[in-house]
Amino acid sequence: MTVLLEARTISKKFGGVQALKDVSLTIRRSEIYGLIGPNGAGKTTFFNVLTGLYARDAGEVMFAGKPLELGSPHQVAQAGIARTFQNIRLFGNMTALENVMVGRHVRTQAGVFGAILRTAAQRAEEAAIRRRAEELLHYVGIAHRAGDLARHLSYGDQRRLEIARALATEPQLLALDEPAAGMNATETAALRELVEGLRADGLTVLLIEHDVKLVMGLCDRVAVLDYGEKIAEDVPAVVRADPKVIEAYLGTSAH
Amino acid sequence: MNRKTIGFILVALALLALPLVLTQVGTAWVRIANLAILFVFLSLGLNIVVGMAGLLDLGYIAFYAVGAYVWALLASPHFGLHLPFWVILPVGALCACVAGAVLGAPTLRLRGDYLAIVTLGFGEIVRIFMNNLSAPFNITNGPKGITRIDGFSVGGLDFRATDTFLGIDFTGPAKYYYVLLLLLLGVIIVNLRLQKSRIGRAWVAIREDEVAAKAAGINTRNVKLLAFAMGASFGGIAGGMFAAMQGFVSPESFILHESIMVLAMVVLGGMGNVWGVIAGALLLSFVPEFLRYTVEPVQKALFGHLLVEPEVLRMLIFGAALVLTMRFRPAGLWPEARHQKEMGEMKEADA
Repeated sequence: MTVLLEARTISKKFGGVQALKDVSLTIRRSEIYGLIGPNGAGKTTFFNVLTGLYARDAGEVMFAGKPLELGSPHQVAQAGIARTFQNIRLFGNMTALENVMVGRHVRTQAGVFGAILRTAAQRAEEAAIRRRAEELLHYVGIAHRAGDLARHLSYGDQRRLEIARALATEPQLLALDEPAAGMNATETAALRELVEGLRADGLTVLLIEHDVKLVMGLCDRVAVLDYGEKIAEDVPAVVRADPKVIEAYLGTSAH
Repeated sequence: MNRKTIGFILVALALLALPLVLTQVGTAWVRIANLAILFVFLSLGLNIVVGMAGLLDLGYIAFYAVGAYVWALLASPHFGLHLPFWVILPVGALCACVAGAVLGAPTLRLRGDYLAIVTLGFGEIVRIFMNNLSAPFNITNGPKGITRIDGFSVGGLDFRATDTFLGIDFTGPAKYYYVLLLLLLGVIIVNLRLQKSRIGRAWVAIREDEVAAKAAGINTRNVKLLAFAMGASFGGIAGGMFAAMQGFVSPESFILHESIMVLAMVVLGGMGNVWGVIAGALLLSFVPEFLRYTVEPVQKALFGHLLVEPEVLRMLIFGAALVLTMRFRPAGLWPEARHQKEMGEMKEADA
């Protein structure tokens, strides 16, 4: 399998706290890659560095064979990495459909003058944006809520909407930050089905998750962060048996 | 013909007949109507910045000033230039646009209160510049302002004199009214089209959640600058028309109070909704003028003599009306559909 993303020695400090220390990991094309670790291990920090929200102190990322510009989030989206947020961040006062349409921004170009003059190109693009957004809402299973304001959607539907918006940017890598947080068992099962479907359609998924059962069942490979350092990276069965991982989660056993 | 078309034609006819009716009441009322249209213009420009992109701008009148001074300098004996309107208006819009970008660039990281303070400062800086750019080179003629500014003219048609057409007298202000109405129509169309476009959606997305907008691939820096520049160029065009109509500009016309008025129009009418903003601007333009003409006679009729100074009472009534409106219609008189829902929910939650 070819490598899609390679992070090399990523480091990030907040004041005196070393949030990430020389984290290197490799994500292969079309795999579901899990990133787990105890609270405060640096998972979300890694996400934020990877998607350009935080400036890194050191390290670099190769994405699809090219160095990834981590200057600003929209460049990362442009390059083909889309993300969702741990605490859902939707455009609450826009409809579900409009939320997804915003995701098409980075792949379209109509400007102010196109909009004012309603040129043929602009109208065609606008129709294509709408069509694609409708398809994506259908894909994640919330087409019937298209006209509702995002903040009126149920929790599970909001998660789906956020994924649809991320998919609208045509990513090669979809990064999900704790998508199952706060979901009940039924919703989690449905989410799992959705993520597996995404992979079947050729997408690569990076998953941060607390729900160890979900991660172990869903991911092809898993990396474990502890105190900002990667302590393991392998298939779930091996990681689960790794003494360092057990120690990080449960503490050292008393003798 | 469906009802919508009939309604549209009736409104159009009413708007066309309005200056002729108002002339009968007094030419002053046509002038008031013209200023009201200019304020609608300004409110729609500010609506892009405040209503759509959610960037609180308290110095918006600065762009109006830029447009007015551009017209004044390019069409008056001050520099001996007398350029036609189709040169000046685009130049004015462009200058205001640049001024908007100049204000926008250093404030990109600011939001809410902080942005408000910086924009307020910017508005004052522009006014103080106008006030002091009279030495060593006399550019703006300082506080004395620029006088004898050319009016608007198309071909040989002078917009200051009265013309008789089909047996009807069209006074100067009435003719300006039609020009302004035409420009306004253009501005409304531009606003509506922007609202339902890729750029308009990006503005609203930034208002709703800037971090999410960035992550969704929006270059927030450029898109915010675009909002400032677009809003400012509307102000520039309105300023040019203001200078042409008045024939005189001075820094006094561009004080903070004017910025606040325009913002009040946007907020009172209903942020983000083009029709609400228009309603707000018309209301806040006409009500104080209406009170100006009624407060004195009403007092005389009731008490036989003046009890309270008309000017004081007028602003008092006006202020109270504003407070009451915001108390009972906090989202504005005619809010954007989505805000309306939001406020409705709050009421339910209260109950």
